[in-house]
Amino acid sequence: MALSKNAKIYIAGFTIIAVLVIATLLLVPGDFGGSDDAGGSEAEAHGYEPWTDNWMADLGFELPGETESFLFAVQAAIGAIIIGYFIGVNAGRKEVAEEKSKNEA
Amino acid sequence: MHIMEGYLDPIWCVVWFAVMIPFFVFGVIKLRKILAEHPEQKMTVALSGAFIFLISSLKLPSVTGSSSHPTGTGIAVVFYGVGVCAVLSTIVLLFQALLLAHGGFTTLGANCVSMGIIGPFCGLVIWKLLRKANAGVFVSMFGAAAIADLMTYVVTALQMTLNVMTATGGDFISCFADFMSVYAVTQVPLAIVEGIIFGMFAQYLSTARPDIFEIADSNQINPFKTEV
Repeated sequence: MALSKNAKIYIAGFTIIAVLVIATLLLVPGDFGGSDDAGGSEAEAHGYEPWTDNWMADLGFELPGETESFLFAVQAAIGAIIIGYFIGVNAGRKEVAEEKSKNEA
Repeated sequence: MHIMEGYLDPIWCVVWFAVMIPFFVFGVIKLRKILAEHPEQKMTVALSGAFIFLISSLKLPSVTGSSSHPTGTGIAVVFYGVGVCAVLSTIVLLFQALLLAHGGFTTLGANCVSMGIIGPFCGLVIWKLLRKANAGVFVSMFGAAAIADLMTYVVTALQMTLNVMTATGGDFISCFADFMSVYAVTQVPLAIVEGIIFGMFAQYLSTARPDIFEIADSNQINPFKTEV
């Protein structure tokens, strides 16, 4: 069975992404720390002293570090659920339209 | 691209908030108009925000040996423009500042200017140029999303450079080169990954919902035009 144009694009796209990510992890030395933290360190290396720490933590509003992965997952889930809903609604609409045109024929 | 609490002098926090506010206000006005006059587009607006939520939560490894995250603003800016993109990005930045200690409240203006305004603006210009040149939706969305992502980090490097330069009297060129290597060089492969993801989704939309691109075609580059 011949693949559709979209299927070929998806296969090529996901393959390139997988190769890029896996090759980076395997071939590049480094601890893969965050670039946000690296930016702060670079500012300090240029002699900049941060004028405040996380003032919300000083006010007593700080979630434990262990919850970070949970909250990142929540953030990703919010996005993924909405995208999944969008795709599902479109698939349902398409099915209904095809069914309708079949019945009319 | 999240500039952390304390890493921008108060004067720069004020400057970047002053830049952000007009875009944000026009974005809110446009968003309200879209929801009032075109309620059928609620789902597309939600989709635009959902991509920012999802994509900006993914920390990916890069060739520089550090990790960073894509921005996910491609769909939002291509369909609804810079103002709406600024509003949606601010929601995500607030979520991250409040719950994840990523970024901060004093630096929210600067982070919104890079992620929600200037980066996406560059992406939107690329989208319009490529569409004018009759490029397909995959290529156009790839270009828009990748440039929006990359330029976000270039702007962050510039913001950090200006702050350090005025605070310490450092040399602009050497500061900017250092921050560019931390932010923008790290971001190049991630921008390519983001471009591919958005390109694939645009390709999906072109067959599942081709009508949706009428929204993108009527979208204007000028962020202060609120006609919908």
